[in-house]
Amino acid sequence: MPNPPRRITLDDLEAFATGAWILGTGGGGDPYFSLLEARQHWGAGKSVELIDPLSLDDDDPIACIGQMGAPIAMQEKMVDGPLIARTITMMEKHLGWKFKAIMMWEVGGNNGFQPFLAGALLGLPVVDCDAMGRAFPRADMTTFAIRDLPAYPWTMIDIRSNSVLLTEAVDWTWMESMTRKVCTAWGSLAATCKAPRTGRDAKVSSCLHTATKAMRIGRAVHAARRAHTDPVTAVVASEQGLLVFRGKVTDVLRRASEGWLRGTVTMEGLDENRGETFRVDFQNEWSVGWQNGDVRVTVPDLICLLDTVSGEAIGTETIRYGQRVSVIALPAPAILMSPKGLKHVGPRAFGYDLDFKTIFPEAVR
Amino acid sequence: MIRLGIDVGGTNTDAVLVDDDKVLHAVKTATTPDVGDGIVTALKRLVAESKVDPNRVNAVMIGTTHFTNAVVQRRHVAKVAAVRIGLPAAATLPPFVDWPADLRALVQGPTFMIEGGHELDGRPLAPFNRQAMKEAAARIRDSGVEAVGIASVFSPLNDESEQEAAEILAAVVPGLSITRSHELGRIGLLARENVTLLNAALVGLARRTADGFVRALADSGIRAPLYITQNDGTVSLAEQATRFPVHCFASGPTNSLRGAAFLSGLGDAMVVDVGGTTSDIGCLRHGFPREANSNVEVGGVRTAFRMPDLLSIGLGGGTLVDPADASKIGPVSTGYQLTERALVFGGSELTCTDIAVAAGLADLGERKRVSHLDHRFITAALARCHAMLTESVDRMKTEAGDVPLIAVGGGCFLVPEAMEGVSRIVHVPHQGVANAVGAAIAQVSGEVDQVFQSMKREEALDRAHAMAAERAVRAGALRASLAVVDQEDIPLSYLPFDSLRVRVRVVGDIEAR
Repeated sequence: MPNPPRRITLDDLEAFATGAWILGTGGGGDPYFSLLEARQHWGAGKSVELIDPLSLDDDDPIACIGQMGAPIAMQEKMVDGPLIARTITMMEKHLGWKFKAIMMWEVGGNNGFQPFLAGALLGLPVVDCDAMGRAFPRADMTTFAIRDLPAYPWTMIDIRSNSVLLTEAVDWTWMESMTRKVCTAWGSLAATCKAPRTGRDAKVSSCLHTATKAMRIGRAVHAARRAHTDPVTAVVASEQGLLVFRGKVTDVLRRASEGWLRGTVTMEGLDENRGETFRVDFQNEWSVGWQNGDVRVTVPDLICLLDTVSGEAIGTETIRYGQRVSVIALPAPAILMSPKGLKHVGPRAFGYDLDFKTIFPEAVR
Repeated sequence: MIRLGIDVGGTNTDAVLVDDDKVLHAVKTATTPDVGDGIVTALKRLVAESKVDPNRVNAVMIGTTHFTNAVVQRRHVAKVAAVRIGLPAAATLPPFVDWPADLRALVQGPTFMIEGGHELDGRPLAPFNRQAMKEAAARIRDSGVEAVGIASVFSPLNDESEQEAAEILAAVVPGLSITRSHELGRIGLLARENVTLLNAALVGLARRTADGFVRALADSGIRAPLYITQNDGTVSLAEQATRFPVHCFASGPTNSLRGAAFLSGLGDAMVVDVGGTTSDIGCLRHGFPREANSNVEVGGVRTAFRMPDLLSIGLGGGTLVDPADASKIGPVSTGYQLTERALVFGGSELTCTDIAVAAGLADLGERKRVSHLDHRFITAALARCHAMLTESVDRMKTEAGDVPLIAVGGGCFLVPEAMEGVSRIVHVPHQGVANAVGAAIAQVSGEVDQVFQSMKREEALDRAHAMAAERAVRAGALRASLAVVDQEDIPLSYLPFDSLRVRVRVVGDIEAR
């Protein structure tokens, strides 16, 4: 039985912001700016309904939206709901028909928030699913790419109202490389409406109920803070995750390239990890972690770095020298760990000569 | 080397003389409405009682909670103009967007969003709109505000827009105090802008306060250079500090924690500082306050500062107790009027100090004035104070085992003699003036913030470290005590020759001479 439709409150969104930032695995940007904009919309009486993908008709037209770019660019240029809403109307104009609902491209980070902003502005409901179950840096790292669904058409707009309509792409890799060039030219930030989807796509080729999951994680963190218990442990317990390492950041190496932020963070251990080291690479999101020089955790397992005290997610663009950090792992959706899924989102897709081996014991999976 | 440390708190003004590693003398006086009067009183007593020649004082360090209190209590903050340069980006989130309504109503003056700023790769985001800036400047002039905060998109990477705007403003509005965001903050427009606007709102107060400090020193016959303590445990010359009052935020608790470490000889411990209005609980690691990780809020405004990780609760010597219900304590305090309003001083209000005197834990005022209090009431009120402190210490602990707790502050008689999760309560001499001791032993820093070209990252970092260390030593730091407290590097991909912007901050103890 699908969940009944539910009116989303500002309280839900506060929890969603915290949870989505954790599911962002370091990327996708802090949802704080979107939350600020949402407070304005909700304060003005707007809101959205969250609907279960399992309640959709197979041929319901679904818009799929998100921003693309480097999180560091978002730190300065922030977000703009009206802009993301315009990518949807631009797509509708091209298609000649209207969407029935909006789904998340990527639940993790700020992108999870985009359908809630656009939905409030356009009066459309949000579907409780996304195409990543976390955050990833590239369009070919989605469940739609894994299922070989069409990658086009695609609309994108920048803050200056430059816009691009891409009518055809051979596959998701081509779509990614073409749009990435445009995005970089625009200053590493663009609002996008991805290839339109159907209700059936949402039901069988997405990560289900991930908005609800983000809200659940956010509520666990908020409840732990209120009770003065450890929010990091609360997230691990809520999602059958694993506490991997506790430490302090001793070095951050960043380089911006091709519209992405890449780099490496080095930590030395605290508490039970005293005397140990942990290194984690990132390409917008955390990709591979090494404990004492040995590979410990890799994509697509979710690698999340949280503030040890507050449980707040720490982004690849904001992590800094001296921070006290807890590294946790959360299980990835099954579709990402299938053989086809690993071709798209496994360590080799990030340029590492490594086989994926989940950090989680069989029993959890 | 003789250093004079002064702490100007909401309730008390404390002063100490420290000779190298020993406290020569300490005094505690009431803070006065004009803070300078209290300082003069404290210094006169200090000089008279210690018999130290004022000419032998090498440096004066003042720590003050004045600027934080101004924001928290919404007093003495000025209305300021805000100029955001970055349209067409971020139009839906204007300046002050995430400020609490009451503070925003006090501080927000004319607010402008103007085209300009830069992209991540250094290109202009949009051409800087000089015409709009000139019109904004004219309106700022007509509004009569005395300070402005300017923030442009990606100014930490390219500050051209902020500089251009500042030049136009300076030309159109003579005497306007201008704070530019790239001088204060890192990447992250909103938090950097918030800090910039808070700073602009406090510059006037900072100038008046520092003038008061200078006069007070002159009136006391002290001619040593005046330093003001910053929230990272270092000092800045008063003139520099008045340009950036936000750097003084939370310097009081930092001083308490550092003073507690100095007085106890302990590097790793919890510290509770019970003042007149609040109790601050912090954690020492290697002699320094543990820092808060995430975005720190000051008076409800989200900033991007490094600050000590502190828990403040409304419990201090001046905190009011409900005479009808011993479990109702605070958060209202008599503040600096403790010696007029508390029962033991002849006043009519029941405070935590009265409870402590009645229980025989403190010897202040006249005990007979509280002899009428019921024994059970006293026990219940004290138990409530103890419970509040115990719970807060537990919240701030990050390790499982029992740790020592250093009790400092004028109200530390409210700390129980034993506490769950605490191995022992450490009392130290001069515990009532730990914050002034912390100010006196404040460190000096050396900072480098520049672009290095045509070299590997390791080499650039090494050079920056060496330069920062050299600057710290020149500022008076002991070389052997130098430590890197902050390091950040950003590749500037828009510049040729592998350009890297490196920011390094090194601090060290003041070398005794």
